[in-house]
Amino acid sequence: MTITVAGNKKEYEDGLKLPVLLEKEDVESPEYVTVTINDEFVKREDFDTTVLKDGDVVEFLYFMGGGAAGWHLPTNS
Amino acid sequence: MLKMKEEQYRTILKHCIRGLPNEACGLLAGEADGEDKTVRKVYLLTNVDASREHFSMDPKEQLAAVKDARANGFVLLGNFHSHPESPARPSEEDKRLAYDPAADYLILSLQDMDHPVLKAFHIDREKQVTVHELQITE
Repeated sequence: MTITVAGNKKEYEDGLKLPVLLEKEDVESPEYVTVTINDEFVKREDFDTTVLKDGDVVEFLYFMGGGAAGWHLPTNS
Repeated sequence: MLKMKEEQYRTILKHCIRGLPNEACGLLAGEADGEDKTVRKVYLLTNVDASREHFSMDPKEQLAAVKDARANGFVLLGNFHSHPESPARPSEEDKRLAYDPAADYLILSLQDMDHPVLKAFHIDREKQVTVHELQITE
């Protein structure tokens, strides 16, 4: 089957599960990755049971966050 | 070196001031040739944490930005966020959540509103921080 991963068409075997795709695509730190399939966000608890199908369009989005926590901000402002 | 136009800097600055007292954030896309990067487009994203000491980018807006950047032939160069009340240096939280050693992590300090400070950093896998030269041009 053909799926599109991050804009690139790829050939994968039928029945491919999402965790296997993450592994095959060398996705680092998958715990920080959000996945969309056909623009739908895949819930974290559904990762293990999600099966890709022909024509799917997959995006990996790394969590982007951070902040000044730890700089001991004033508490009265 | 990371190159950015004055207008792009102003866009980031306005977004971060508008976001006060909370942190603001966004993405930078453009062209990369090794260490030399040129910002072509700034994406202003929502800080879904709505916090003055944390930020998390809205995933839907992040997805839209990724797709738009790709459609324009750009690559994602990095991201930016503001530190409303602290210096333009990565916090422990920033380092912990930095996953891409090739990305530029920009921090805009608004600690002194009369003198905002924008700096770019690289954060490697060992969480070592280095300053990446930032050039803002007309």
